[in-house]
Amino acid sequence: MQAYIDQLIRDGYFAGMPKEVVYAVAMVLAAFIVLSVFVAPLAGVTSWLERRVWARMQSRVGPNRVGPQGILQWLADGIKNLLKEDLIPSAADAKLFSLAPYVVFVGFLCAFVVIPFGSQLIVADLNIGILYILAVTSLVVVGILMAGWSSNNKWSLLGGMRSAAQIVSYEIPAGLSILTIVFLAGTMSMQGIIKAQGWAPWDWFLFNNPFTFAAFFLYFTAALAEGNRTPFDIPEAESELVAGYVTEYSGMRFLFFFFAEWGNLYVIGAVATTLFLGGWQVPPVTSDPILLGVLQFVVFFLKAYLWVFIAMWVRATLPRVRVDQLMALCWKYMVPLSFLCLLGTICWMLVFPKGNQIFSVAMFVLGLLIVAYFFKRVVFQIRHARPELYFKPHI
Amino acid sequence: MSVASYVKNIKDTVTSVFEGMTITFSHLVRRPMTIQYPDKIPVPIQETLPRRYRGILEVDMDICTGCLACERDCPITCITIGIEMDKETKQRNFTHFDIDICKCMYCGLCAEACPTGSIRHSQEFEGASYNPAGLVRHFVTQPAPLYKPKKGGETDPKLAEKVDTGLKYLDEFATPDGGAAAEEG
Repeated sequence: MQAYIDQLIRDGYFAGMPKEVVYAVAMVLAAFIVLSVFVAPLAGVTSWLERRVWARMQSRVGPNRVGPQGILQWLADGIKNLLKEDLIPSAADAKLFSLAPYVVFVGFLCAFVVIPFGSQLIVADLNIGILYILAVTSLVVVGILMAGWSSNNKWSLLGGMRSAAQIVSYEIPAGLSILTIVFLAGTMSMQGIIKAQGWAPWDWFLFNNPFTFAAFFLYFTAALAEGNRTPFDIPEAESELVAGYVTEYSGMRFLFFFFAEWGNLYVIGAVATTLFLGGWQVPPVTSDPILLGVLQFVVFFLKAYLWVFIAMWVRATLPRVRVDQLMALCWKYMVPLSFLCLLGTICWMLVFPKGNQIFSVAMFVLGLLIVAYFFKRVVFQIRHARPELYFKPHI
Repeated sequence: MSVASYVKNIKDTVTSVFEGMTITFSHLVRRPMTIQYPDKIPVPIQETLPRRYRGILEVDMDICTGCLACERDCPITCITIGIEMDKETKQRNFTHFDIDICKCMYCGLCAEACPTGSIRHSQEFEGASYNPAGLVRHFVTQPAPLYKPKKGGETDPKLAEKVDTGLKYLDEFATPDGGAAAEEG
């Protein structure tokens, strides 16, 4: 991005303007384009798709009235929330209360700076890319604590505290799982990590060795917990806390929290894709740079969105865990296991400094077998459906 | 916690999550169980409801005698009836007969009290309205005469049919024993 701006300056497009002003304008413009063209529709469509997928998994229909199959539902919801009154409780700390949604939003939006959509399509390829993502997504904790505290409401406060405890705890297994990949790739730059992998599945870090395979699922689980997703959504547990830290919010500020939640799903998927699933790597089929760029973007988007879908699916499947179960899962199971993955990967790198191609292919075949077994079970479940339990409208 | 139980916990978590995910995925590719109301059902729901269903009240003004039994019996006074004597013809006319659906609790006491069975529960239940005033049902738009039962039965065939319908409703559905006798017979 910066290289492109420098090129434009050299070509004389911004004659006589100070370099810093051009940079600042370009930064604001890039943020605006990413937000309005990509993030906002993505979060919106994700919210609609999640409701549809949920509904179908619970044998319902879901929102299907606004636009074809209800795909414009998110626009209707957004407009509705914009028109609603922005209520601030009289006992609330008004300044913190109004600021909190934006802190949460910034925390998630900043992650898009280093997400590599293609070999050229990245806002800034920081050399500490993955560390940067860990850092800025932690900003969400501050926003949620601010929202919980400033609402002056016991449910909000409890939700905010729970969320902070949860996110801080789960950052450890997430960070350790990421560290295995940083060791393997030898870099923290997002593009560097992708370039260390290949387009073929057995060149992905996911199938590099059994420890990275386990680390992937540990990372995904920890990321779900960091994103406050079911089954780890105790901060907004409806049955206990009304809506947790968003209890007192209304209108657009309320929407910002959910905007961040749905957008964050894509960030989780994108980071998982970058670290474990080969990112934008495509087979060498074309040399046309534009076509290649589009292909890379599509591949990256589909890989990332698959994990968004799986997050929806997990949400439709698993019940909410209790607070003590949540902490036990993190500290008793995920932290030791992610340490084990880290040590295992280090030993693996000592034994096979250049990786083990045959083993990677074997791991890939194992992955395929798991998927095949999965579909076998799905067919079994369909065959053993109980049609007599179907709803009968005519009594 | 022993090592064996620790490993077993991990195994149980992984396998049960896997199994749960297959179940939800099988539902994703299945047809939804709910039906699309109101526009994707073969017949309107109202026609499939049982005849004793207590829907929104309706009044057949042609056979209403204006006895005010329903207005007196209504525990929440959602029925208001206005009757006025016409000075010239010496005939009593309805000026209004309003039922406030907002207040109605569908207890059915009015239908039980009605001597001719003119007030009764319909199968209609869709009462959505943009304002509460729209939920007040007006059964009299212009002053109309009261119905007077004739000795020896109704002679007008149109009215006779309505009287029969009303009495049938009264016998079968609006009685405290639930019309069980009629259903059995």
